[in-house]
Amino acid sequence: MPSFVNPEKCDGCKALDKTACQYICPNDLMVLDKDAMKAWNREPEMCWECYSCVKICPVQAIEVRGYADFVPMGANVTPMRSTDSIMWTVKFRNGMLKRFKFPIRTTAEGQAQPAGGYKPHEDLNSQVLAQEPEALNMSEVYTIK
Amino acid sequence: MAKYEKVEVTTDLLILGGGMAACGAAVEASYWAKKNGIKVTLVDKAAMDRSGAVAMGLSAINQYVGLHEGKNSIRDYVDYVRMDLMGIIREDLVANIARHVDSSVHLFEKWGLPIWKDADGRYVHEGRWQLMINGESYKVIVAEAAKNALQEAGGEYYERIFITDPIVDGDRIAGAIGFSTRENKAYVFKAKAVIVSMGGAVHVFKPRSTGEGLGRAWYPPWNSGSSAYFTLRAGAEMTSQEVRFIPVRFKDAYGPVGAWFLLFKSAATNSDGGNYMVERRPELENWKPYGLVKPIPANLRNWLGMLDVMEGKGPIFMRTAEAIQKIAAEAGDEKAAKKKLKELEAEAWEDFLDMTISQAILWAANNVEPEKQSSEIAAAEPYFIGSHSGASGAWVSGPEDLQTGETKSEYFWGYNHMSTVKGMFCAGDASGASSHKFSSGSHAEGRICGKAAVKYIVENNTQPAVDGGAVEKMLADQFKPLDIYEEFKGKTTDPEINPHYIKPKMFMFRLQKIMDEYVGGVSAQFATNKACLDRALELLTFLKEDSEKLAAEDLHELLRCWENVQRMWQAEAHTRTILFREETRWPGYYRRTDFPVMDENDWHCFANCRWIPGKNEWEMIKRPMLHVYPKAQEHELIGG
Ligand SMILES: Cc1cc2nc3c(=O)[nH]c(=O)nc-3n(C[C@H](O)[C@H](O)[C@H](O)COP(=O)(O)OP(=O)(O)OC[C@H]3O[C@@H](n4cnc5c(N)ncnc54)[C@H](O)[C@@H]3O)c2cc1C
Ligand code: SF4
Ligand code: SF4
Repeated sequence: MPSFVNPEKCDGCKALDKTACQYICPNDLMVLDKDAMKAWNREPEMCWECYSCVKICPVQAIEVRGYADFVPMGANVTPMRSTDSIMWTVKFRNGMLKRFKFPIRTTAEGQAQPAGGYKPHEDLNSQVLAQEPEALNMSEVYTIK
Repeated sequence: MAKYEKVEVTTDLLILGGGMAACGAAVEASYWAKKNGIKVTLVDKAAMDRSGAVAMGLSAINQYVGLHEGKNSIRDYVDYVRMDLMGIIREDLVANIARHVDSSVHLFEKWGLPIWKDADGRYVHEGRWQLMINGESYKVIVAEAAKNALQEAGGEYYERIFITDPIVDGDRIAGAIGFSTRENKAYVFKAKAVIVSMGGAVHVFKPRSTGEGLGRAWYPPWNSGSSAYFTLRAGAEMTSQEVRFIPVRFKDAYGPVGAWFLLFKSAATNSDGGNYMVERRPELENWKPYGLVKPIPANLRNWLGMLDVMEGKGPIFMRTAEAIQKIAAEAGDEKAAKKKLKELEAEAWEDFLDMTISQAILWAANNVEPEKQSSEIAAAEPYFIGSHSGASGAWVSGPEDLQTGETKSEYFWGYNHMSTVKGMFCAGDASGASSHKFSSGSHAEGRICGKAAVKYIVENNTQPAVDGGAVEKMLADQFKPLDIYEEFKGKTTDPEINPHYIKPKMFMFRLQKIMDEYVGGVSAQFATNKACLDRALELLTFLKEDSEKLAAEDLHELLRCWENVQRMWQAEAHTRTILFREETRWPGYYRRTDFPVMDENDWHCFANCRWIPGKNEWEMIKRPMLHVYPKAQEHELIGG
């Protein structure tokens, strides 16, 4: 079942205007059963296990169970993603646990400034792109002429 | 007839896709658009934060030239790519992307992407051209900058709209049609210029895993050849449609091997403990001069491993434990070695957790500790990803200033990275013969297109004519699978089995079986010949006829119908081009058993093709491979 939803945790994102998992799945797999107010993966054999739904679910209701046709049972990998880092818990089939924490971004969410603070270039007819040459750390853009 | 609301959007520049290339295009185009009073509209089938091949994140930036560091030159990069692709690349395009890629990377860092640094504050290189990153949120960050740029310039973006066909006005692009995957709405986008950046294709060939793991291809299941389909249907000339990519990765979950080979310097060995890269070195002589360069071309590395497997010497194991222990031992005393081991272990796991979490699950499920035991690697199935180590895509104009007198007449026709259809630009996986752009180069190519498209609009500032009747017909065709289902669903008790229609999933399996068995898929050990290819074309003709009978119960299935029609077109372009090129040039990607050797006299050239819209015919074209940089630099060649 690649990604699957724990019915005890999923509340159908009733506090949000749209379900987070349905919004994010790149392959249009997560859907909400409006009667039960629970989400489900409608085409598990088309799931890439990209974890986008797992990471975004506000109540951690989504997990991943390795593909049944080639993954031995019993292991799982669980993320906890915050605004600047992600913590992974890897549980082995034999019960061993490993934890890893990695940074995910160095700026505040929403703060990516398109120009990156680099000086803009003005000439539409040149080969120089908007933030160049400064963003290249060069004084000019390479050419062979 | 299916009921839907028609939504018309008139804009100046239309960007199709929301991946790396599209985000680059949005950032750059917005800047020039704002100055010139131009409107930019972007359309993605998914949510930009997690759409495309980088949805999960990446653990490395695979193209960084580092020109300002003074160690590499643009020409070095061109040499590397040309040799890796067995001599057939557009040097003008590769050089153009290479000269702009560093600024994309520096912008990523400003936007918030954590790039590994050494003690002196310099980027940590995984290999000569690759940088290590903490890339879980790579796509989120890049999409955020693109959305912010659109917003600043008064542009807009639409998510969850699936683009199907182009609208053309004579030899000029005029827009695109699509449908919402959320509500019954048809979209008609009218534009003066269009940037195509809808990624590559997977599931054209049968994947190794066909049960629940069907979706765990190396390439993400949601890119279905939309770029190839769109550009073909617009009548654009296509290039290198035969140059598919087959990655060798950790077996079954397709975890990346780059860090293991490049950063940890690991070896791979066969069942006898033999290292095919050493034992099969003489085979490389057959593929010279490309076989003799360093690094050895990706497809030849594949080929040497495949020879072992075909001789029954599998499985092939990545010797992770030896590699890690060796680096740890070099760290110094026992304490330092222990610390290093811990560091390497985290790096190894992060490599998977950032970009192929399935591989982490598979390791944990097999109780694999990489510092203690080896793991199997294998060749995956064929994919179409012109931005990586394949080369398929549209034939586009290079920049004027990177041409010689000779190349200019063949490779330059006006605007940077514009296809042979006026006003239609292509970036990332959508443009061909400019491999090894990866995430960063695709972004840079998107930026190149963004600026060029605005320049095109400023200089051709009229709205192309749109034939309303033709568009209505296209919209009706777009929804036809819903109609077919409604019309015939009552004829059987099981919606899946019905003599009047075919559902998209079985349609996909039919396509995959044809391609797998006749066009050199996994089952055929990547081999094919003229008789097989002719048979494939015969079966593809039936499939194409039956595509008129695709049926969809809902919008999700309608999406799947169109994805598979697109795959079918990618398949046909691929099959025709493999048939056209009568030689074997990339043996680790595919072999023509009837032409098993490389033929530098007749085939040191591009194999291009074009579907001629009005006539519904295919044209095959040879284009010369001309050099901007006359000769590979000597230092690239082993022993001379
Ligand atoms: C498994 C894997 C690992 C990789 N590892 C690395 C790495 O470590 N480092 C690196 O630099 N590069 C890596 N790459 C390469 C990199 O991901 C690609 O080069 C890059 O994403 C190509 O950019 P693109 O914009 O052409 O396509 P994508 O980024 O895939 O974007 C395609 C976009 O088109 C949209 N789309 C598709 N069809 C439609 C449609 N019909 N209508 C509307 N929108 C549509 C998609 O939703 C998406 O937004 C890797 C690729 C893969 C698959
Ligand atoms: S995001 Fe979580 S809570 Fe919301 S619908 Fe999906 S599974 Fe349920
Ligand atoms: S893991 Fe990815 S592909 Fe699978 S359902 Fe979740 S978001 Fe979709």
